[in-house]
Amino acid sequence: MDIDWTAFTPWSALAGGAIIGLATTLFVLFNGRIAGISGILGGLLRPVRTDIPWRVAFLVGMLVAPLAYLAFATLPAIVIDAGYPVLVAAGLAVGVGTRYGGGCTSGHGVCGLSRLSPRSVMATLLFMAAGFATVFVTRHLLEA
Amino acid sequence: MQGVFAFIAGLVFGIGLIVSGMANPAKVLGFLDLAGRWDPSLALVMAGAIAVGGMGFAVARRRRETLLKTPMQLPTARDIDRRLVGGSLLFGVGWGLAGFCPGPAIVALGAGEMKALVFVVAMIAGMGIYELMK
Repeated sequence: MDIDWTAFTPWSALAGGAIIGLATTLFVLFNGRIAGISGILGGLLRPVRTDIPWRVAFLVGMLVAPLAYLAFATLPAIVIDAGYPVLVAAGLAVGVGTRYGGGCTSGHGVCGLSRLSPRSVMATLLFMAAGFATVFVTRHLLEA
Repeated sequence: MQGVFAFIAGLVFGIGLIVSGMANPAKVLGFLDLAGRWDPSLALVMAGAIAVGGMGFAVARRRRETLLKTPMQLPTARDIDRRLVGGSLLFGVGWGLAGFCPGPAIVALGAGEMKALVFVVAMIAGMGIYELMK
């Protein structure tokens, strides 16, 4: 295995991860729920009246995070190499897949593993495997 | 009150995604590219998140109600079924195609990225398709 040491950012990764863990902790202790982004967003498509405000509030918090970050530091680069047709296909797959699978990287990956849910362990292993396989195909088979 | 805390949780979550590097699809794809020049950073994002979140959920598990005195609403499903397997595999394919999962896409949209807007609109359409097929 060829590790890209120049791209490896262990400290910001750990620190950012800890901040994400703090967010999931706040959300479960105050709101009593899993901070799963696909579920929070997808739940708005079949809305329960009393759920709408906290769902929207959470998503608005995420949307303004870059602005809050900008108040203290310059925003790190966001590099999106995928073209528009790929973005549409990827978005559709992520939308359908996360709702059928009952969660994404946050709900299953972070929260589910934090609470040792067997369903989430399985989901995380599967979407990671599919992600690795997809990148292998697009970068090493199709572009070769 | 729940809205205020949800806003704070979303904000902190988003900042964590930015600090960690997960908001950048190029970095995510660098992690998913095991056969290329591999960037292991995101494994440490998960480790940091689970180390802190694990303590939070350990506390939450022992509580019947939240600090706002509302009931805890944690998932109770335990079965590993076809929906979980198929859905997670499909999600992973989409994640590997563009390097975006739902949280980082919303943060990148907030940063004004046009391509993130396209991804998020398609993702919401996908979630709508799920609602129609359910």
